[in-house]
Amino acid sequence: MKHRLLPRPALSVTLFLLWAALSNAASAGMLLLGALLALLLPHIVSSFWPDAPRLARPSLAIRFAGRIAWDMLLANWAVARRVVGPVSALHPAFVEVPLDLRDPFAATVLGSIVSLTPGTVSIDVDRERWVLQVHALDAPDPDALIRQIKQHYETPIREIFAC
Amino acid sequence: MNPFIEFVVASLIVVGALFALLGSVGLARLPDFFTRLHGPTKATTLGVGAMVLASALYFTAMRDGVSLHEIAVMMFLFITAPVSAHLLAKAALHRQRREADKAQ
Amino acid sequence: MLNFAIELGFVLIALAMLLNLWRLVKGPDITDRILALDTLNINAIALLVLFGIRAASTAYFEAALILAAMGFVATVVLCKYLLRGDIIE
Repeated sequence: MKHRLLPRPALSVTLFLLWAALSNAASAGMLLLGALLALLLPHIVSSFWPDAPRLARPSLAIRFAGRIAWDMLLANWAVARRVVGPVSALHPAFVEVPLDLRDPFAATVLGSIVSLTPGTVSIDVDRERWVLQVHALDAPDPDALIRQIKQHYETPIREIFAC
Repeated sequence: MNPFIEFVVASLIVVGALFALLGSVGLARLPDFFTRLHGPTKATTLGVGAMVLASALYFTAMRDGVSLHEIAVMMFLFITAPVSAHLLAKAALHRQRREADKAQ
Repeated sequence: MLNFAIELGFVLIALAMLLNLWRLVKGPDITDRILALDTLNINAIALLVLFGIRAASTAYFEAALILAAMGFVATVVLCKYLLRGDIIE
């Protein structure tokens, strides 16, 4: 199933774009070198690179990324307001979110998104019980937070990676 | 330089610096470690991200061709911030548990 | 306008770094200090980027990139040390 020339197309594309960004896409020579690296490096690391799940729905992934960016702006606004507001009005809480996904990579993506969005930082993924432990800065209603994380982030991630 | 681009760069710098400051205010005044973790991971990351974006815009407007390498720094910051926060939270939890065990 | 924005940015970031420094000295726990160091590092990146814009030079960018990479690795290593008492597992 694996392509012989490009064993990991996503990794190759990422490497090429990163090289283009770092070298400012300054010249054709730099782009050529980037393409060469993007071809070679996946072969060199293929023996130990962890398997990421297949990107089942790329179009949904792009729309999802847009929504995450928007949510991050809202998250920052919410955190900034609470930081300058009275400390006694906060309801910090540890919340355990039961997960339906069963893939380490998808769980990492979910954990990172949770850390960057509204008032929550992910602390631990329990891979035996599949629970995401989250600390919320201000969560008067933990159940609503769990529902929100599952609906807003976990469901799209499961669709994107088909897991 | 184009006044519109200058305005965008200037406001990105000010808004970014404000968010970075707010994140540090959170770090300084919130009551316990886990609440303090929120400010730097979100506000400071976004603030510095905005300033890096301002730099990319500025150098693109100043010279011929685009200035993309700032975007690499921004991506790096956004990918590493949750990882640092996650590890710090784990370390803090670990220490709290050990203190609790010692107290028994 | 841009010059004023840059000067204001310097002042705001300097204030942020002072607050980080205060947390770094005060603690109380070692994890607070690591968090303060990490934030100080990110603010230093912002400062370098501002210097770069003011000097209209891209030379500061490399320093910012290295600072970002080193700061992240330092935080990860310190946390790993706290978690395991050993850096390499």
